[in-house]
Amino acid sequence: MTLIQEIDYGTPASKAEKNVTLTIDGVAVTVPEGTSLMRAAVDAGIQVPKLCATDSVNAFGSCRLCLVEIEGRNGTPASCTTPVAEGIKVLTQTERLKQIRRGVMELYISDHPLDCLTCAANGDCELQDMAGAVGLREVRYGFDGDNHLKAAKDESNPYFTFDPSKCIVCSRCVRACEEVQGTFALTIDGRGFDSKVSAGMDEDFIGSECVSCGACVQACPTATLIEKSVIEIGQPEHSVITTCAYCGVGCSFKAEMRGTEVVRMVPYKDGKANHGHSCVKGRFAWGYTTHRDRILNPMVREKISDPWREVSWDEAIAYVASEFKRIQAKYGRNAVGGITSSRCTNEETYLIQKLIRAGFGNNNVDTCARVCHSPTGYGLKETFGTSAGTQDFDSVTEADVVLIIGANPTDAHPVFASQMKKRLRSGARLIVVDPRRIDMVRMPHVEASYHLQLTPGTNVALLTALAHVIVTEGLADEAFVRERCDWDEFQDWAAFVAEQHHSPEATATITGVPAETVRAAARLYATGGNSAIYYGLGVTEHSQGTTTVMAMANLAMATGNIGRRGVGVNPLRGQNNVQGACDMGSFPHEFTGYRHISDDATRTMFEAFWNVPLDPEPGLRIPNMLDAAVDGSFKAIYIEGEDIAQSDPDTQHVVAGLENMECVVVQDLFLNETANFAHVFLPGSTFLEKDGTFTNAERRIGRVRKVMPSRSGMADWEITMAISNAMGFPMQYNHPSEIMDEIAHLTPTFAGVSYDSLDALGSVQWPCNDAAPTGTPIMHIDHFVRGKGHFVLTEYVATDERTGPRFPLLLTTGRILSHYNVGAQTRRTGNVAWHPEDLLEIHPHDAEQRGVREGDWVRLQSRSGGTSLRAKITERVAPGVVYTTFHHPETQANVVTTEFSDWATNCPEYKVTAVQVSPSNGPTEWQSHYQELSEHNRHIAEAAE
Amino acid sequence: MSPDRLIYMANQIGKYFSSQHRQDPVAGIANHLKKFWDPSMRRTIAAYADQGGAGLDPLVLQAVRTLSVTHL
Ligand code: SF4
Ligand code: SF4
Ligand code: SF4
Ligand code: FES
Repeated sequence: MTLIQEIDYGTPASKAEKNVTLTIDGVAVTVPEGTSLMRAAVDAGIQVPKLCATDSVNAFGSCRLCLVEIEGRNGTPASCTTPVAEGIKVLTQTERLKQIRRGVMELYISDHPLDCLTCAANGDCELQDMAGAVGLREVRYGFDGDNHLKAAKDESNPYFTFDPSKCIVCSRCVRACEEVQGTFALTIDGRGFDSKVSAGMDEDFIGSECVSCGACVQACPTATLIEKSVIEIGQPEHSVITTCAYCGVGCSFKAEMRGTEVVRMVPYKDGKANHGHSCVKGRFAWGYTTHRDRILNPMVREKISDPWREVSWDEAIAYVASEFKRIQAKYGRNAVGGITSSRCTNEETYLIQKLIRAGFGNNNVDTCARVCHSPTGYGLKETFGTSAGTQDFDSVTEADVVLIIGANPTDAHPVFASQMKKRLRSGARLIVVDPRRIDMVRMPHVEASYHLQLTPGTNVALLTALAHVIVTEGLADEAFVRERCDWDEFQDWAAFVAEQHHSPEATATITGVPAETVRAAARLYATGGNSAIYYGLGVTEHSQGTTTVMAMANLAMATGNIGRRGVGVNPLRGQNNVQGACDMGSFPHEFTGYRHISDDATRTMFEAFWNVPLDPEPGLRIPNMLDAAVDGSFKAIYIEGEDIAQSDPDTQHVVAGLENMECVVVQDLFLNETANFAHVFLPGSTFLEKDGTFTNAERRIGRVRKVMPSRSGMADWEITMAISNAMGFPMQYNHPSEIMDEIAHLTPTFAGVSYDSLDALGSVQWPCNDAAPTGTPIMHIDHFVRGKGHFVLTEYVATDERTGPRFPLLLTTGRILSHYNVGAQTRRTGNVAWHPEDLLEIHPHDAEQRGVREGDWVRLQSRSGGTSLRAKITERVAPGVVYTTFHHPETQANVVTTEFSDWATNCPEYKVTAVQVSPSNGPTEWQSHYQELSEHNRHIAEAAE
Repeated sequence: MSPDRLIYMANQIGKYFSSQHRQDPVAGIANHLKKFWDPSMRRTIAAYADQGGAGLDPLVLQAVRTLSVTHL
């Protein structure tokens, strides 16, 4: 194993199609027009010394180290800023150049501490390398003059330090923050000798706009910006490519290691989802993997009020099997079930649904995608024929209009947000549909052309109004529709949306969005060139979530914005493997690849391969399981990697269901909230401890690679396999690659996927099979997967969750950059520095009416329940709307959310709850009671002597 | 499972299919229930419909009745 060293080409690649041939140091090289001499030299195998250039950012030409000579031209141009030209002859190493470079280096070194031996970057410092490369042997100036050697360190960021004494003011960090991340947090203050890097107006990093993405740290050639983990541990000695286990962007990382210890996670340049960029979670927030709260031994108890008893793996597995068998014998085959998670790998998910369908003999399997993107699956399958997004992320680079609906990419999908912002900075227009003024509405160098700040719960009315404008103003792409869609259906749909009551003027009273804004947005979407829709849970988590997904599909089809680069309908998936969890047959009604359980041909194939008869009827969904548990007909559940007691709506109902079961098995890293109600705890492994694959929001299957042994002794797939074997349904796999082989064998869209093909290709987007051996970046190119595109009539049905005198405000929920889902992982990292608690955002007007001041405790009450948290007064939310996150169990925001759900999929209506907000003194009775209960139920008995 | 919740859910499904012009709503509702509802949920709602089905919207009631005859 070695440390993977990626080549730094010095400047970004040129996208030009025309090629140019030149000679560098006598070597002929052909490169695209617009390429820098520096990059062309690397292509020719020649390294020109450099300091201020790196290929993640545009060249700046300030250090003067990369000078070259060109035959027939005067002077010594900088190779990073000079483009290639046909036939020129370039020299990179002449006496004159050597002299200049030594002089430049001498100046740099004269203002740089010479503590290389004890510097954390020793061995990974470009200044050191360049001193060597130019043959610097002496520094004539001494350290007596003015210098920066005593400048104070900024250690405020939890993950990296800024030591200005080592700064060479190359501005790579500033450019990375601007060009790669798009945050513009850093500037070079002052001029000449006084110039220095600073984060905001004399602020430290933590107090600045910095979002801790790490791009500047990566770009820094010296130890000025460096990871604290490198300072603590030392330089890594080998690296392994793996995939981030946080969000649906699915960034590729190099896990840089010393032995089995992670030194740092560095985004991988070849990662096709992230191209070398990262966010604070994947880059830095992996400390939870070794957190002392990790449970490493299996535990069992008879009653949930008993303390936990640590047992051997054999005993725990045998107990689970005997309990599930006992419960099935007593209450029937269907009284048990299980839940997979979007945090699990594809292989783990596949095994769990196999265990349930084949081992338990029913289809009571569901996944947490139920509560996030199940409407996407239903809606896109119905209209296009495939339950997945239509594009790869890179497609956004060719979008002219970006329409974001109910998504907050800068917080929830930060690396893709950076790519999107880059495109917006270079001219694409933006429409945001969101009840909140999310960051994308206005941030440095990005401003939405239109922000449609609608009332929560009115998406369908708004999208149908957009369609109304497109149809009645003659903006539909008739040629596309005639060719690709069902023309009669389209006409029917066009007549429907053209009805007067769908006009922006008529729907303005429902949505709260001025008609003119809706009209302007519709015109822009329909006529602005390539228009691409990106959406999130603000679309799906509504009683009309599925209808909204179909309404977006209608818009894309009607305007011909589907089936090529730059367009499409794209769900931004929340957790890392939402797409994969859905693909792997986690839903109770379908097998892998979205094939219905009642389809005889598919079922017979699985029956033959698994050698067991399968139930042709759909099983229970998560909310149905909980309802059935409350009613007493559902008695045991196996939950891997999900915390339904915190993440699912109407917590008190979830808790009632869990308390009513006789055997709750939780397989997770920590004693999460659900474990408070569990009888068996099976310690899981983190993504660093196992092999597998994740599938990101663009259908990209990426490898997760084991970099350290499992701390609990068993990888999650091994646990599921052991339970299955103990229950009498044999499973035998030696490695997750064998599970993937089985998936590929049984799933036509995965037929070409194997660990070998993933190793060869890096990653691949399904469908991947004989028809598309290297995968499918863009879907529905010549025809829709279902044949003709299907238009659906989208009648707006108001949610039954209404405001009234008791509950006059609408609560909507979401997430924040530094935390992930229920926060079980990120709360156990330095990320708490940014978000130590959930806050309630409330408009100044509503706050004033209630006598609420910034930071006050307020009680948030709905008909489901109440909780207390502190208020944050902001105009990001419209009057009448309040907003909070669900990352902290102390707040339990889901105590407040209700049982309402999407009509088609039961995806909960998290985004609309009628609430009242009033001043309070602190935590509610429920919170205090819950706190006591969870302290009690977490107790682990001392091991017997 | 308590019929109240099932009635609510069935009516929600009914609202969608009733708004689709080109499709028989009764068949649409019945098909949806068959594809996505576990048999015990279908049995409960069918039994409830057999007792009169108060609270179920008319088209939903019709759909549930076809279900009880053909699919259970
Ligand atoms: S960490 Fe990211 S956001 Fe912060 S200063 Fe560096 S590049 Fe900018
Ligand atoms: S902090 Fe690093 S990248 Fe930024 S100017 Fe200084 S040396 Fe260059
Ligand atoms: S959390 Fe998402 S955006 Fe951040 S590094 Fe991980 S995959 Fe990338
Ligand atoms: S690398 Fe070209 S001027 Fe610095």
